[in-house]
Amino acid sequence: MSHVDVNRRVLPGFQLSLGYALFYVSLLVLLPIGAGVLKASSLSPAEFWAAVSSERALAAYRLTVGASVVSAAVNLVLGGLVAWVLVRYHFFGRQLLDSLVDFPFALPTAVAGLVYSNLFVENGWYGRFLVPLGIEGAYSRLGIVLVLVFIGFPFVVRTLQPVLEGLDRDVEEASACLGAGRLATFRRVTLPSITPALITGFTLAFARSLGEYGSVVFISGNMPYRTEIAPVLVVNRLEEFAYAEATAVAVVLLMISFTTLFAINLLERWSKRYHG
Amino acid sequence: MANYVRAHEDPPAVRLALILSAVAIMGFVVVVPLVNVFVGAFAEGFGTYWKNLADDPDTLHSIKLTLMVAPVAVFLNLIFGLAAAWAIARFRFPGRALLTAIIDMPFAVSPVVVGLFLLLIFGRQGFLGTWLREHDIQIVFAWPGLVIATCFVTFPVIARELIPLMEELGSEEEVAAVSLGARGWQLFRLVTLPNIKWGLLYGLILCNARAMGEFGAVFVISGHIAGKTDTMPLRVEKLFQEYNMVGAYAVSSVLAMLALVTLFLKSVLEWKTRQDLAASERLRAEGGAT
Repeated sequence: MSHVDVNRRVLPGFQLSLGYALFYVSLLVLLPIGAGVLKASSLSPAEFWAAVSSERALAAYRLTVGASVVSAAVNLVLGGLVAWVLVRYHFFGRQLLDSLVDFPFALPTAVAGLVYSNLFVENGWYGRFLVPLGIEGAYSRLGIVLVLVFIGFPFVVRTLQPVLEGLDRDVEEASACLGAGRLATFRRVTLPSITPALITGFTLAFARSLGEYGSVVFISGNMPYRTEIAPVLVVNRLEEFAYAEATAVAVVLLMISFTTLFAINLLERWSKRYHG
Repeated sequence: MANYVRAHEDPPAVRLALILSAVAIMGFVVVVPLVNVFVGAFAEGFGTYWKNLADDPDTLHSIKLTLMVAPVAVFLNLIFGLAAAWAIARFRFPGRALLTAIIDMPFAVSPVVVGLFLLLIFGRQGFLGTWLREHDIQIVFAWPGLVIATCFVTFPVIARELIPLMEELGSEEEVAAVSLGARGWQLFRLVTLPNIKWGLLYGLILCNARAMGEFGAVFVISGHIAGKTDTMPLRVEKLFQEYNMVGAYAVSSVLAMLALVTLFLKSVLEWKTRQDLAASERLRAEGGAT
C-alpha cells in the first residue's frame, strides 16, 4: 500500500474532504437516528415492549419480512434468468432489454404503486384475466409481493451480471469434455461460483423491500392485521399522534435494517475472498 | 463451423426458450406497466391530459415545488459526494470502512423511519421544536423539511457512483500533476474533473431522479398539504385517494418521462465512461512502452 502513503503526503484536501464528509453525515444521518433512539428510550421498558409487541405490530413485522423474503426469492429466479440471458446470448434487442432492467430504479415508487394497483384491479389489464381465476392482485398480500418484485428487480440482475461475465468459460468446457451434461455442468460448476452473487442480490432486494413504503401504500389496501406493513403502521400511529409508539416500531424496523446491512457487508467480504 | 454447438454452449432450443422467457419477464414486470402509465394518462384525450397538468393549481404547485426542492438537495449531495469520494478513494484512514458503511445506510433504512426521526427533531413537539418556534423558523410542513428529508434519502447516490470510478482511475495522474505544481482547485478542475465528468454527470442525473421521486420520507415530514407541501409523487397519491385516476396518471406520466430520460442518459454516459477509461488505459500502455 505504498502509493497510498504517497497520496497522504502529496495530494491535498484530505482533512477538508474527510472533515466535510463526516460533518454532513453526522448532521444528516447520525443526528436523526440519535433522536429516534433517544425518543424510544423515553418510554419505560414495559411501554416500549407493549408498543413493539402488540398483535397489530407483530402482524405488520411478519408481513413486512415475509413479503420481502418471498419477493426477493421470486427475483432470484426471474433476475437470475434475465442476467443469464443478457450475459450469455446475443440477440436482437439485448441492449434495450439491458437498459430497461434499471427502470424500477429510476421510476418514482409512487408511480409504480399506482400502476401496479390499477393493473391488477378487476377491470385492469392483468386483473381482467386474473380476478376471474380468483387471483386478487390488488388490495391483497399478493399485491404487496407483486409490487416489491418490481421494486427489487434490478438488484439480482445487476449483482449477478458482472460475476457471470467474469466466469472462466474454459472451466465449463473442461467439464463438458470430461463428460458432464449441460445441466450437470451448470449445477456443479457454474452454480457454485455464482452462489455468493446470488445470495448478495437476494439480500439487497430483501433490504430494499423491507423499508418500501411509496409503492405498497397504493396496492395493499393497508388493513390492520391483514395487509398493513410495518412502515405503514408507523405512519398510521403517527397520524394518531402516538409519537412514542410510532418511534418504537420505527426503531425495531431500523434494527432489522441494520442487521440486514451488516449481513450484506459480511457477504461482500466473503464473496470477494471467494473470487480472489 | 455453422452447424455444431460448442460443448460449453446451450443448445439452440434451450437458448430460444430462455430468451423468450427473459423477454416475457421484462415485458410483464417492466414494459407493460410503463405502457400503462401513458395509456392511462391519455385515456380521455390530450385535452384532458393537458388540463389535468396545467389547469389544476395544486398539481402545478406540486410541479414547481418538486423543481425547487430536488435541485437544492442534489447540489448539497454533490458537494458531499465529491468530498466523500476524494477522502475514501484517495486516502486510507482509520474508520474508512465505517464511513463507507454509513454511506450505504439510507439505502436500507425505511424512508418513513427517516421522516419520523426528522419530525422528532424539528417537529412542534420535537427536540428543537420550541427553539425553532421562538426564532420563527419553519422546517416541518415546509420546504426546508422536504429538502432535508430528500437529502437523507438520496445522499449516497453521487458518492456511490464516484468512489468505484475514482478507485479504478487511480491517483497517478493527480500525483503527477501535484509534482508539476498543481494546487488544490487547479488540480480538481484540470485533472480530476475531466476524468470523472461522465460518472459525475450520471450520479447527478440519478440523484435528481431519486430526489424528484422520493415519497416516504417526504410524505411524513411535509404534512401532505395540497397546494402547499405536496411534491409530485405526493400529488399522485392525493389524486389517487380522490379517485381522480386520470389526474394521477397525468402527473405519473411526467415522472415516468423523467425516468425514461434518466435511463437514456445513463446508457449514453456509461458508454462515454467506458471510452474514456479505455483511452486512458491506452495512453498508460503507450507511456509504459516508451
